[in-house]
Amino acid sequence: MTGRALGTLYLAVVAAFLAAPIAVVLGVSLNAERRLFFPPDGLSLRWYGEMVLDAGWRGSIEYSLLIAALAGLVSVSVALPLAYVLWRHRLIYAKVLFALGIAPFMLPPVITALGFMTFWASVDNYGQIENVIIAHGMFLMTLPLMTISLGLESTDRAMVEAAQTMGASEGTIFRTIILPLIRPYIISGYAFVFVLSLNEYIIAYMVAGFTVETLPIKIFNSLRYGYTPIMASVAVLFVLIAVAVFGLFGRYGNLPRLLGRWSPER
Amino acid sequence: MSAPARSDAVTRPGARKALQGIGQARTWLLAYPTIMLAVFFAVPFAIMVATSFFRRDPTAFYQPDFVLSNYARLATPLFVNHLVFSLSLAVMMAAISVCIAFPFTYLLTRMRLRSQTLWLVFLLSVLSLSEVIVAFSWSTLLSRTAGVSNLLVWLGLMSQPVSWSPGFGAVVMGYLYLTLPYTVLMLYPPLSRLDPELTEAAQTMGASPVKAFLSVVVPALRVPIMASLILVFVFTLGVYLIPQILGRPQHWTLSVLITDQAVFQANVPFAAALAVFLMATSLALIALTFILGRRRGRVAA
Repeated sequence: MTGRALGTLYLAVVAAFLAAPIAVVLGVSLNAERRLFFPPDGLSLRWYGEMVLDAGWRGSIEYSLLIAALAGLVSVSVALPLAYVLWRHRLIYAKVLFALGIAPFMLPPVITALGFMTFWASVDNYGQIENVIIAHGMFLMTLPLMTISLGLESTDRAMVEAAQTMGASEGTIFRTIILPLIRPYIISGYAFVFVLSLNEYIIAYMVAGFTVETLPIKIFNSLRYGYTPIMASVAVLFVLIAVAVFGLFGRYGNLPRLLGRWSPER
Repeated sequence: MSAPARSDAVTRPGARKALQGIGQARTWLLAYPTIMLAVFFAVPFAIMVATSFFRRDPTAFYQPDFVLSNYARLATPLFVNHLVFSLSLAVMMAAISVCIAFPFTYLLTRMRLRSQTLWLVFLLSVLSLSEVIVAFSWSTLLSRTAGVSNLLVWLGLMSQPVSWSPGFGAVVMGYLYLTLPYTVLMLYPPLSRLDPELTEAAQTMGASPVKAFLSVVVPALRVPIMASLILVFVFTLGVYLIPQILGRPQHWTLSVLITDQAVFQANVPFAAALAVFLMATSLALIALTFILGRRRGRVAA
């Protein structure tokens, strides 16, 4: 019995540690005054309004959303054929490409950042928005590769063989059998890339940081010049987006399975 | 299992035609990923490695050449100091994170599936948060005006609020906030696949839950624990903004130095040499986790 109480206490301490900074930032963002103070002096949604009305902050929000949406497409467009061919034909070559697709994500991101920085400088395209989209798409490709492979592995190969004996073409098999089955895994891969791209700092900064000010870059730049409560509102916005996206996974998908649990029932 | 069925299919003429179709389709399908990975992965890394041998040119980014001076500079006392600090911090954070995350993940995997899902949503949300936001949140939490010390004053445990950031303690807290959810998600698959009968057996034999955990669960998962330690170590090497916002210049890590050299000191060749060094270290360690995993596979087989 004491073991159970101890366990609950332990979980509570970890939860408090992870929630504390978010709680303080939420409090600060609701402050009616400009100065940094907690608990807040009077509640107001003023800073959320300014976040949307201020042209600089709104511009950063738009940049970040555009980059995240397109980076997700880049990631999925490369990951889907790669994962599919690997699952369908088990080619060594596809395996090598798969490993290459995963490698950058395993390494410290500053390496990818510097690689892309020297690359875009060499082709004389430094500072453009497409640099960030492609760099994020390639760096985060690991996530759809993983989720799509997981989806394919849980697909019954017998169905494909059955369709083949009935004379279905490769294209038909993919469209009518595979795609509907792995759609949730494609969507989760896309959503992972979307959320992580939105939050990514170092790569975006090094390939286009001086011209394309994404939200994380904008927050860091503002931090250097002092404090504004708008930062706190933006931070809360990020938390809400992440909770919404992963909450949808949890609600409509099987999150424990997606993250590596074997048996679905317990 | 499907191999015999396939060799049967090859003997039929219609199927052979279909197989040829597959051959064409798969070359076509892989063409696009190949081009993307070649142009946007292999080429940038090759350019970066090449740049690490170039000469610095303050007026034009860099001058193509073949010099080893960028690598020689890694051995100067200033960089050795930062290097030792980065590596020790990474070792320390890996150890702390795994020690805290392991019992936590064990408890998590024993929960009802619904509670697990809620926790996973929370952990993923925290993990996906930008380092900027984590650093900003912790600097607020540890600040004098809005921080946790106000709470301690209110409780009567302290006489006046103080600022704990920037400082080494703040750096450790910020790192832990990033590494803890990451470590939990690393340990989640092996722990959730662990046979619950293992601990139940230990408890029927009279071991307390804590003793069963320490004497059965921990030894059974030696290999995933080692692998997580290494992967958290590599993850920690990549942290970039925490040391800048929550620390002082002496707390700058290799990742910070690389950006500083590339962007502010306009010394891309030296930054590239640092990055190649960091990449080699990380790749060697990741390869080690694969070897560990394979050895475990052999033992199991």
